Amino acid sequence: MKLELRGITKRFGDLVANDHIDLVVEPGEIHALLGENGAGKSTLMNVLYGLLRPDEGEILVNDVPQTFRSPGDAISAGIGMVHQHFMLVPVFTVAENIMLGAEDTKLGVLDKKKASAHITEVSQTYGLPVDPEAVVETLPVGVQQRVEIVKALTREVDLLILDEPTAVLTPQETDELLEVLRGLKAAGKSIVLITHKLREVKAIADKITVIRRGKVVGTADPGESEDELAAMMVGRHVQLVVDKSAAEPGAPVLTVKDLSVVDDRGHRAVTDIDLEVRAGEVLGVAGVQGNGQTELIEAIMGLRPAVSGSVLLGGAELRGRTTRQVLDAGVGYVPEDRSTDGLVKEFTVAENLVLDLYKSEPFGSKLVYRPEAVARNAKDRIEEFDVRTQSADAPVGSLSGGNQQKVIVAREMSRPLKLLIASQPARGVDVGSIEFIHKRIIRERDQGGAVLLVSTELDEILALADRIAVMYRGEIIATLPAAGATSEKLGLLMAGVTGD
Amino acid sequence: MTDEAKPPAAEPERTVPPEKDVAPRPNRPFRIFIEELTTASTFMVTVLAVVLALLVGSILVIISNDSAREAWGYFFAAPLDAFEMSWYAVRDAYVALFQGAIYDPAKPSAWGSISETLTYAAPLTFTGLSVALAFRAGLFNIGAQGQAVFGAIFGVLAGFLLHLPPVLHMLVALVCALIGGALWGFIPGILKAKTGAHEVITTIMLNNIAGIFLIWLVVQKGFQNPERTDAISKSAEENARLPRLLGFLEGDLRVNLAIVLAVLAAAGVSWLLNRSTFGFELRAVGGNPDAAKTAGMNVAMTYALVMAVAGGLAGLGGASMSLGLLPFALTPGVIANIGFDGITVALLGRAKPWGVLAGALLMGGLQAGAVKMNAVGGVPTDMVYVLQALIVIFIAAPALIKTVFRLRDGKASRSTATLAKGW
Ligand SMILES: Nc1ncnc2c1ncn2[C@@H]1O[C@H](COP(=O)(O)OP(=O)(O)OP(=O)(O)O)[C@@H](O)[C@H]1O
Ligand SMILES: [Mg+2]
Repeated sequence: MKLELRGITKRFGDLVANDHIDLVVEPGEIHALLGENGAGKSTLMNVLYGLLRPDEGEILVNDVPQTFRSPGDAISAGIGMVHQHFMLVPVFTVAENIMLGAEDTKLGVLDKKKASAHITEVSQTYGLPVDPEAVVETLPVGVQQRVEIVKALTREVDLLILDEPTAVLTPQETDELLEVLRGLKAAGKSIVLITHKLREVKAIADKITVIRRGKVVGTADPGESEDELAAMMVGRHVQLVVDKSAAEPGAPVLTVKDLSVVDDRGHRAVTDIDLEVRAGEVLGVAGVQGNGQTELIEAIMGLRPAVSGSVLLGGAELRGRTTRQVLDAGVGYVPEDRSTDGLVKEFTVAENLVLDLYKSEPFGSKLVYRPEAVARNAKDRIEEFDVRTQSADAPVGSLSGGNQQKVIVAREMSRPLKLLIASQPARGVDVGSIEFIHKRIIRERDQGGAVLLVSTELDEILALADRIAVMYRGEIIATLPAAGATSEKLGLLMAGVTGD
Repeated sequence: MTDEAKPPAAEPERTVPPEKDVAPRPNRPFRIFIEELTTASTFMVTVLAVVLALLVGSILVIISNDSAREAWGYFFAAPLDAFEMSWYAVRDAYVALFQGAIYDPAKPSAWGSISETLTYAAPLTFTGLSVALAFRAGLFNIGAQGQAVFGAIFGVLAGFLLHLPPVLHMLVALVCALIGGALWGFIPGILKAKTGAHEVITTIMLNNIAGIFLIWLVVQKGFQNPERTDAISKSAEENARLPRLLGFLEGDLRVNLAIVLAVLAAAGVSWLLNRSTFGFELRAVGGNPDAAKTAGMNVAMTYALVMAVAGGLAGLGGASMSLGLLPFALTPGVIANIGFDGITVALLGRAKPWGVLAGALLMGGLQAGAVKMNAVGGVPTDMVYVLQALIVIFIAAPALIKTVFRLRDGKASRSTATLAKGW
């Protein structure tokens, strides 16, 4: 399918999220859309998918102008979309989710057999194995993503939009996804891919369009270096790997001993873990998602009771303390999932910037909360962390994904800390902001703070960590100095292979 | 690479280029006013919901009016008659509504109608605040009725069991009412906090218990008025009653201190929500309990406390009836329906304290007007409940209002949708 966007403009109040954007996607092309956080990528795709109505401009499919009033119209024109946040019903089976909205019926009764057959056919054609009978909530994210793609493909789309599909995937899952996209391309489908990961873009895109502040600033070809692409996105030179000197570790700040934690279903998720983070060092915890990292961190933060063991912060026991007490002891926490745990969507940016500080001076006392001080703080933080928002009083839910992440990082890293626990701190953030966040983490370290970094992103671990602990099935199977670590070695360890 | 040669230095915030900036633009307040009028803001939706309810209500007025019905009976003989009669019926009804609520030349005092409206509005403000506060914390307090019952009971008991000097007695009685309501609100709160029991279920049950307890209590020895055989308790002592505000005017004006307390309560809740740490916690918990927990807040404790405070407010609402109005005693119907009406008021006020006060004034006006409407036009007083129900339906369905009045999608419409979803 040939897709053409002409002069698409979308305004939110005074803000022009898309400013006369032109874009052409040729049949069988993988077209990457790059741009910093808040550039307007998701907005443009939502316009294309019929979720938003453009204020100006037209959409042409195979040179025929279209009006999309709803995603239904877009789907019938052959356009499918996989959203940044999945839109599956967790308690439905794969087959039910895929049927949803396009139910096959026989005399008014759902024809599950036919649907299952169709799904199997599609998944075989494109090499996307899914089990139609599996319940979606029991599946790993990578597989859920596959379900979303199969869902789009069963609608017989010719153009597939993927909005940051790899943000939540492990490196292996990402490779599989890229393989699938190649297959789709070979089958003649067009693909629009949004991502902040330049390596993926270079690996797979045929053409690249860069958007900045709502405008197309240029096109590039995948042959350009990552540095050049990054510079084009943010309009300045970006240092992709931060400079840092060797760590000068001091006294132990966090000492975890024999810690065991169970998950929500009562299964042992963390078994007898020992861990030490010292002042002035970054300990990176690497591991494939779901190997107990989440439970470990939650236990340290007092969000989840530990079964046994102890957690010491500078010698004082943290186990059994409330989250409030842990935070007050000088711990900063960037949670893994920003929308469920990190932000209150209805709150303003300013309020979210003090979500765990509202009781401390100058924002408030035990009883009184001071909106004026909160507003002043917001002004400074927004500037310092380059949060792109219409105002400090805008609800945080109206910010782009990456800017929401920056709000959390700004909140947690703007007070004196003994220990910073950061879980996927740069998830969904553009290269420019990754650089900034990474620099801040290193600065935290250099000022004598201890940093516990949890990431499924090997690049991030390798860029920041001084020592690396690899978690596998609830245990730390190896701890090694970052100096000797390579992605290959870590990759094997993450898969549970220790012997050498 | 087709990028611009160098990045533009400090790009200005993107703004819409003003479309043909010829004439000087209208000044700001006016623009805001226009925007408010033409966009589907919460305020306009509320006003239009009321208008729409009155329109639909007029059909009911016509049906309930004998001469109008009769005229429709011979519609084909004299069609104009039917319309004329209908018009008279509706006009008379709404004129009576206005007279009952705001100004009635027939009353001995020009303040007569206002006095009634304020009298009705005061308890509704309290219960409305109760529901609104809980709602902001993500809780649906159906229990304001039961909490108000306990407030009324504690208030009157303190009113006749204790013997204290003026002013002090009243203050003590009010504090007792507050505690009574707070206790009855704390129960579902702590149940939710400790066991996860849904507050809607528990508060409905507690409403029933409170109502039946009241019926039982008023006929018990020591509580029942010894001079009466019907279900009525002893009266609160003079010192414990809420004084009338316009007692010096002629016309026996009922409006009393309760409305002043209600305004203070709205101010207090407004402060609590926006300028206290508890309010911040409450709103955070209401918005996203997981994030609130991660930020170190005690979500369970917040639920329990919010329900206690909400109960206390409803309790004051109950006392404003039992200590503010004749016979200053408990009867099975002493607080009427103020708890349930409070839900409507909170919805009308969009769960904002000053909005609640406005909503209570509107509801109070409707109730005061309904009495007059009944007396003059024979429109059943239940008409008010029909109007109330219609308003709720129209507010809960902003999309409907928008289609009916073809409003542009406004900035505020998103919060409307959230509210509608929440309810
Ligand atoms: N519903 C909305 N109301 C108001 N402003 C919005 C809304 N949706 C998006 N915006 C604003 O439009 C701009 C573009 O947002 P968009 O989500 O398209 O960015 P993005 O390029 O996808 O960024 P990211 O990489 O962070 O996901 C942002 O400044 C955002 O705050
Ligand atoms: Mg986006």
